[in-house]
Amino acid sequence: MSAILEKVNIEALREDFPILKEKVHGKDLVFLDSAASAQKPRAVIEAMTHVMTSQYANVHRGLHYMSERTSEAYEAVRDKVAGFINAAARDEIVFTRNATESINLVAYTWGRTALKPGDVVAVTEMEHHANLVPWQMLRDAHGTELRIIKITDSGEVDWHSLEDVFADGRVKLLAVTQMSNVLGTYTPVERLAKFAHAHGAKILIDGCQAIVHRKIDVRAVDADFFVFSGHKLYGPSGIGVLYAKADILDAMPPFMGGGDMIAHVSYQKSTWAKPPHRFEAGTPAIIETIGLGAAIDYVNAIGMEAIAAHEAALTGHALAVLPNIEGLRILGSAQDRGGVISFVMKDAHPHDIATLLDRQGIAVRAGHHCAEPLMGRLGVTSTARASFALYTTREEIGALAKGLERVRKMFA
Amino acid sequence: MSDLYQQIVLDRTRHPRHAGRPAHFDARGEGANKLCGDKVSIYLTREGMDLHHDAEGCAILTASADLMADAAAGKTPAQMRELAAAFTQAVTSGTPNPALGALNALTPVADFPSRIGCATLPWRALEEALQDV
Repeated sequence: MSAILEKVNIEALREDFPILKEKVHGKDLVFLDSAASAQKPRAVIEAMTHVMTSQYANVHRGLHYMSERTSEAYEAVRDKVAGFINAAARDEIVFTRNATESINLVAYTWGRTALKPGDVVAVTEMEHHANLVPWQMLRDAHGTELRIIKITDSGEVDWHSLEDVFADGRVKLLAVTQMSNVLGTYTPVERLAKFAHAHGAKILIDGCQAIVHRKIDVRAVDADFFVFSGHKLYGPSGIGVLYAKADILDAMPPFMGGGDMIAHVSYQKSTWAKPPHRFEAGTPAIIETIGLGAAIDYVNAIGMEAIAAHEAALTGHALAVLPNIEGLRILGSAQDRGGVISFVMKDAHPHDIATLLDRQGIAVRAGHHCAEPLMGRLGVTSTARASFALYTTREEIGALAKGLERVRKMFA
Repeated sequence: MSDLYQQIVLDRTRHPRHAGRPAHFDARGEGANKLCGDKVSIYLTREGMDLHHDAEGCAILTASADLMADAAAGKTPAQMRELAAAFTQAVTSGTPNPALGALNALTPVADFPSRIGCATLPWRALEEALQDV
């Protein structure tokens, strides 16, 4: 793809995102915080508006036209998600509020039944709090053990540490990110799944970051659990997904009780619906789910390969340009990495960097990125982070570099 | 964008006058920002005649701690608390207060809601230290 063609395409795609025309402090918005939450294309906004203006009622309840149409639209998204991650069956897709809820659901139901006290859950040093805290809570409530697999200084899974953690055969779950939200590292999930399975453990993959940038195939990876959120994938907030293999879901007790998750209810007792409805108590996020469906259609129409190629080029460009700024240090140098770049500067604190960039219209994140223990591992208290999306341009990386140069001069 | 990062703020960040934990101190207070991991300790020595800080944080936090040490030195605990209240009021409202002197350089932080906590953290640590006095 020639540079000119690529530019034309990206400019056309940017037209799909109304917010990108906004000014911030009188400057063009340069949005480099998509890893926290991505902006929404018009297709998603319109799909959600359409539900509310012409096709809305509660799902799975009514015998009337509007409820039937809404139920169809809602359930069609389950098929879309199943296709998007190549699940074997639509019933392996559970809708949740976000990836955090998906992991908590697994910890609370599967964790308390399939795991016995003394069994081990293993996570890596670079997990988001969402893939650490639920396992600490399970440990404290249920008597499981939690082990931490080290990462190397380059920000990759330390295979020796992985082998040590698994050595006594007590690990029953490996819960691991597919892409670090701090370091941008992709983990070798296929290899990790093989390793976990060979050692009698299941694997849960936190796909929040990876699913935005790469084609996901849960069957090729042989994932037992895979979780992600809609809002990072250009969809709305309030909708997340839990994928689990059918036999695993089938054996799991419910998470929350209420409407929609039952087969029969009497005053004395209830029986549970089959998955996925067993795990979807109460009125779900109908509008948001339909918004997620529109987001999946949107990225599918562009093609994950095209998105990945564009972002790989951007990331390479940023990794070449940013280190030219005196005193700037990028954290992590994994071989396989994507468009999430954390950095620190010699004399400027990440907060000051973020505030000063914001005044130039550039949005980056600063802080511990919900990965406080990882900050300790990296020897920093916080970092600044720039993250890219399908709508990010080379010019915006240029604006970031220029902005950082101004910050450097201020604190020099 | 230089409203907040005035010369005095940058200068106090680069060359704080009261940084470092003293060997002996009468009282100590600590502040930590859960959101970002920034920390600051405030030390009172010579019965409040001197203040020192040990800051691990941004320019706003460090400058606030250093200018506070200037302004609060030699005051009684009651006066220090008054100063803390006046400072908090000024950086929340964005209205300078003549009684605050050089500390008014930090009042533009009122326009940066997520950063007000950086400016007030050393003062919360001071209030904690005053409980030991």
